Order: sequence, then structure tokens, then C-alpha cells
Amino acid sequence: MTVALQETRRGIGGTISDVFFARPQLLTFLLLTPPLLWIGVVYIGSLFALLLQSFYSLDDFSGVVIHEFTLSTYQQLFEGSNVQIILRTVTMAALVTITSAVIAFPIAYYAARYARGWKKALFYLAVMMPLWSSYLVKVYAWKLILAKEGVITWFAGALHLNWLLNGILGLPVIGGPSLSFSYLGTYFVFVYIWLPYMILPTQAALERVPANFIEASADLGADPGQTFRTVIFPLALPGIVAGSIFTFSLTLGDYIIPQIVGNSRLMIGQAVYTLQGTAGNIPLAAAFTVVPMVIMALYLWMAKRMGAFDVL
Amino acid sequence: MSSNGKSTSPLGLRISATAGLLFLHLPLFFIFLYAFTTEEKSFEFPPPGLTTKWFGVAWNSRPDIWPPLYLSLEVAAIATALALVFGTLAAAALSRAKFFGRETISLLFVLPIALPGIITGIALRSAFDIMNIPFSVWTIMLGHATFCIVVVYNNAVARFRRLSGNLVEASMDLGADGFQTFRHVILPQIGTALLAGGMLAFALSFDEVIVTTFTAGQQTTLPIWMLSELIRPRQRPVTNVVAVFVFIVTLLPILAAYYLTREGEHTGGTSK
Repeated sequence: MTVALQETRRGIGGTISDVFFARPQLLTFLLLTPPLLWIGVVYIGSLFALLLQSFYSLDDFSGVVIHEFTLSTYQQLFEGSNVQIILRTVTMAALVTITSAVIAFPIAYYAARYARGWKKALFYLAVMMPLWSSYLVKVYAWKLILAKEGVITWFAGALHLNWLLNGILGLPVIGGPSLSFSYLGTYFVFVYIWLPYMILPTQAALERVPANFIEASADLGADPGQTFRTVIFPLALPGIVAGSIFTFSLTLGDYIIPQIVGNSRLMIGQAVYTLQGTAGNIPLAAAFTVVPMVIMALYLWMAKRMGAFDVL
Repeated sequence: MSSNGKSTSPLGLRISATAGLLFLHLPLFFIFLYAFTTEEKSFEFPPPGLTTKWFGVAWNSRPDIWPPLYLSLEVAAIATALALVFGTLAAAALSRAKFFGRETISLLFVLPIALPGIITGIALRSAFDIMNIPFSVWTIMLGHATFCIVVVYNNAVARFRRLSGNLVEASMDLGADGFQTFRHVILPQIGTALLAGGMLAFALSFDEVIVTTFTAGQQTTLPIWMLSELIRPRQRPVTNVVAVFVFIVTLLPILAAYYLTREGEHTGGTSK
């Protein structure tokens, strides 16, 4: 009798605990329901509302959205200037991703292999701080740097490199009246803002490369270049891919950076913003957002296959 | 010859790593510099003169700064509180149990930050339109909480995974009920991770602009105020003063979050 008493807990709290202890699945279910409802209803629900809108169309004459199922909005998406916008954005995202990977790798490699103790903490903080610090403040900093009367122009003048700066600005497509009104400027800012997102996963992947793999490779006669190509790089690749999810996705959807630093030719994000705002063409704006969604779905699927999620 | 010294790094690597870090940090210096410039109509470099008067101007003669600041603080506080509850619940559930669909649900919780912010923004906006919800503090908060949950979840799930199941079982075997176990065993171990996640969520919300432009309607948060100043500048150095303030307000939680989670995450990662 007393033995049986020890096995049960007292009070309502105790009874509830016993129920959960016997059925852990029930507890998991109860824990998961509120957050899942939030994400499921608020987020996924909204995404579906958006998708639905893309199958409506805008009446060109009255400017009213016609709530009837049609594919004509998607047809518009693949017309001349809209295709240009998509291609321009994807090209930018790809270039930004590659550049970030190249700049991030030495930082990540140094932090993972050589930095120890306080240096390691310093490296970590040096990447975390720009990652989390204010997005707008960072964009604004580049406006100051790239402005026609700003920092870069002054340095070019001081180093007698005005001819180089003017030459670059004179280039077709990427040039412009000043760096803050050119694709080149937009590209710099994108690389700068998303770089930390690339460094962290790359570093995480590099931390996991066992040091004795590298020693073994050297012992077996590989020179540092060969070790890098055949051992280090393949093992770091999932990390780079994980980082590229962010750099690629964030560039695809950004509309603030090209608005503040850039020329008048639109990127996907800006197109969405203008279409839903002043133009009131929600269906086409919705159809435009489907492009990054589809691209990112393919990207995530590929990244998962390459094991990129293990480093996140 | 250069490959066998493990503690000394190749010169090229050191230079490119240092250059990379400088690239990450130098631009912010100019935000500070331009808060002191005497030139208010352009971004002339070097500044023609230095003055501290803009701090006084921002404090005394720009009443348009304060309401956005209060709104941002309010939204960030509510969004963080909600995110702490929901993010912790999700992390507790997903770290301890194995069940069908767990991977998919984990992916679902990362989706709000994996997809571009503009998608979250316009999706929420069209949902508000359809349901005729008027814009308010709550519509802004709804958007912010969605990605803040992810931040708290990420911080908490890492800590939950390291939390030993044995401790929980031992506590229950010794007669504690579930609530006592949570209070005395689980909470002390995940507390700092939650605090860190909460602070990062706060910093993220305080600074968010991409989703907010879609969910705010006519309301102005501090980042929206800054964005409009960037597009139509009035007194440029005043914008810099506010930028310096925003920078510090987001920096402090980040440093605190780092301090709170630095043991474990760090030593655990390195091979020693």
C-alpha cells in the first residue's frame, strides 16, 4: 500500500505530470500546437493568401482586381521587361553569393584553424556584430561612402586614381553617374550586408574538418594546394552552400538596398513593392514573389541533399 | 614547409582575413564621423568642420523622432515576449521527441528567415486585406513575432539538445512533478539561452524595416523614419545621430547575448 503511494504524485500538478510521463507524445503534441498554429496560420496562411492572389488578374481599364481564376498574370510575368527584372535579380544574387563566398572563406578558415583563445572570441564577435547590427545603418554607411562627393571619390583623388574611377563609372550596364547610382554600388552593398551570413556557416563546416585529415593528406605527399582542393574544400562545401541560402535568398527579395544605392532599373523586390503600392496590381506583385519562392524551394532542396542543413 | 606549422598561419591568409574583417567594420566608422560634420546638405568628405550640435538638435528640436522610437520599443517588447513563449515551446517539443514529420516542422520554423522578408511582408499584407484587419501596433507585431520566434527557437533548440534527458528522468524519479522539474531542473539550464534569444529577437525587431513597411500602414517605426530620411533627407547629420543611437541599442543586446551563451557553444565547437 505504501509502495503504491510512492509511485504516484500528489495534487493536480502531480496527476497531470503522471499523464505526460506515461504519454510523452501527448506532451510533445501540446507543446508544439501553439507555435505550430502561429506559424501555420499566420505565416503559411498568409503565404497561401498571397499565392491565391497571383491567380487573379487586374482589369487594365478600371484598375480593379478581378477575383476569378486565371493564368494571365503569370503570362504577364514572362513578358519582356518583367523577364529582364527577374534575370537581372538572379544574376545579381549569383554574383553576390560567389563574391561573398570568396571573401568569407579566408576569414572563416583563419577563425576555424588558427585563431585560439581570445582571438577566436574576437573573430566570432567581429562577425556577429555586423551580422546583427542595424541593417539600415549599414546601408546608410555605404550611401556616405559611395556618394559622388563622398569617401571613395576623395580617396581616388588623393591617390590620383580619378581616371580609374571615371573609367569604371563609364562602363556600360554596371556604371552610372556615381557609385551610389550604379549596379556596381548596389553589388558592393549587397556583398557587405550579407557577408556575415556566409562566414558563420563556412566557419562551422571548417571547424568540423579533423586536423589529422589535413596532416594525413600532407603525409601522403599532397602539396597545400592539393590538400585544399581535395580535402578541405569538399568538406567545407556544405557550409558554403548553407551560407549561400542566405546570401542568395536575401538578395532576391531585397528592395531597400537597390532603392537607396542603385539606378532606376528595378529588381524583383522593388517590382513587388511598386506593384502592390502605387500601381495597386496585387496579382502581378504576388506572381513576382512566386519567383523567389520557387527558386528558393529548388535551392533548399538541393542544399538539403548536399548536407547543408547539418551546419546551420 | 609552410604547411607543417600548425600554429602559424600563411601570410596571404592572414592578410586576406584581416582585410575581410576591416571591410566588415570600417564602413560603420563613417556613420559616427558624419554625426559630427558641419555640412548638412551633402555627404562631403572629408567633413568641412566638426561639431556636436546635432546631438542637441536631435534631442531638442526634432519632435518627429520620439513617437517612432516609442512605437519601435513597444513592438519589439511585445514581439519578443510572444517569441519567447512560442519559440521555447517549439524548441522543447522538437528537440526531445522523434516523430513523423519532425524534419518538415523544423524546416517550417526556419522558413520565415530563409524566405526573403518581402515575401513575409506582402503575404501578411494581403492576408490583412482579405480579412479586413486595419493596420495597428498588432499588425506590425504579428509580422515581427513570426521571425522572432525563429531566433528564439534557434537559440533554445541548441541548448535543449545539450540538456541531458537523464536529469529530467532523475528529477521525476525523485518525486518532482513536471512543473517542479521545469522550474528547478530545466529552466536554470536553458535560462541564459532564452535570455540571449530574447535579446537577439529584440534587436532584430527594433531594427526591422522590410516586413514592417508592409504591415505598418501609416504608422512610423524608427527604421521607417530612418528610411524616409534616407530617401528625402532633411538634416543629414541628425539622421546620423539617430543611426548611432540605433546602432548602440542593437549592439548592447548582441554583446549581452554573446556573453550569456559564450561558454559551451564555443568550447564545444573547437577540438581541444
